[in-house]
Amino acid sequence: MANTMQFDLVSPERSLASLSVTAVQIPGADGDMTAMPDHAPTITTLRPGLLKVEAPEGASEYLVTGGFAQINGDGLSVLAEKAIPVAEVTRSHLDDLIAEARASHDAAKEGDDQTIVDDAAKLLADMEALGTHMSL
Amino acid sequence: MPNLKDLKNRIESVKSTRKITKAMQMVAAAKLRRAQESAEASRPYAERFNAVMAGLAASVGGSDSAPKLLRGTGSDDVHLLVVMTAERGLCGGFNSNIAKLARQKAEELRLKGKTVKVLTVGKKGRDALKRDLGDLFVGHVDLSEFKRIGYTNAQDIAKDILSRFDGGEFDVATIFYSKFVNVVTQIPTAQQVIPASFEETEGDDSGAVFDYEPSEEAILADLLPKGVATAIFSALLENGASEQGARMSAMDNATRNAGEMIDKLTIQFNRSRQAVITNELIEIISGAEAL
Repeated sequence: MANTMQFDLVSPERSLASLSVTAVQIPGADGDMTAMPDHAPTITTLRPGLLKVEAPEGASEYLVTGGFAQINGDGLSVLAEKAIPVAEVTRSHLDDLIAEARASHDAAKEGDDQTIVDDAAKLLADMEALGTHMSL
Repeated sequence: MPNLKDLKNRIESVKSTRKITKAMQMVAAAKLRRAQESAEASRPYAERFNAVMAGLAASVGGSDSAPKLLRGTGSDDVHLLVVMTAERGLCGGFNSNIAKLARQKAEELRLKGKTVKVLTVGKKGRDALKRDLGDLFVGHVDLSEFKRIGYTNAQDIAKDILSRFDGGEFDVATIFYSKFVNVVTQIPTAQQVIPASFEETEGDDSGAVFDYEPSEEAILADLLPKGVATAIFSALLENGASEQGARMSAMDNATRNAGEMIDKLTIQFNRSRQAVITNELIEIISGAEAL
């Protein structure tokens, strides 16, 4: 079929998904973007967020943190440091992530590098927004 | 000639040794399968990651704005050797082979007048290197509490190494681990992680010109630390599989040797038993003849 592309989601520990999809919404570092077949080759880093996959068989969602997405002619590969299917995400997962983000935010505040503090604050905000979004 | 009782005890003790080595072999075989599976599961990530990084590194690498992790600090005076070994022994030459390679490398670097620092991961490597390189140790990572090595373990080690790098403690970092080929072959390997070097891709993506979001430099700066963690993670998994493989074949040998020993001792035992009987008979007969 012309209107699908190969999609792979891999984390360091295992490969989570590999299927043909029609569209994938990626939480890119500079904002969300949707990749559809024949998208221009792109590499973007990810911010923590939701990866929405639309396949002919049905849609699925994953919570991803860190890593990057690579779109090329054949399809899309997402390499995430952590990827969890949304159905398996619990409040405690999120709490862990928020705690982690807060810890790095606090650690960053000790230093004097403003960009790191900003980054950490953004990460923290992202995490909390995620929780609200998923109504957990 | 050892008496019968001693021989019997000896046979019993070798038999129980054989039971233990046999059990260890089977446990290692089961663990090996799991370790191999996780090593294989991690491969797609590492491969893709390296492919993308190689592309990025090739396009940004030459410029002066390239991150330090890629370019290096400009000198190579201080080397950090990260020696990854097992937490347990009884796995043949696994630990000592890695330690040997690390020792050679350290010696080589010292002859060239470089400063060497050693970070050990795993208790056995620490013990093996303590005598020769003990004064060069800068740290130790203990993984004995973790049943399964996860990516977080690798991240922690990477974080430790990176903070040392940022602190200017070293210029070049090399990891030592054992590459798993098959159950009988594991190759001790040294791999340089800082400054990062990526293998050239097999030309699969070379045609495509990518858009980068944010910029190439920003992506590279974001991904390089992750590259260190990824390299360490795959090394840890390779090591895990190698350890179990080495242990399995070592224990297989031990089991076979114990079997041979039992056979030998049993023959000796039977001979002595017969000798004792013959002796008794001779005594009885010669006693009867004397009457």
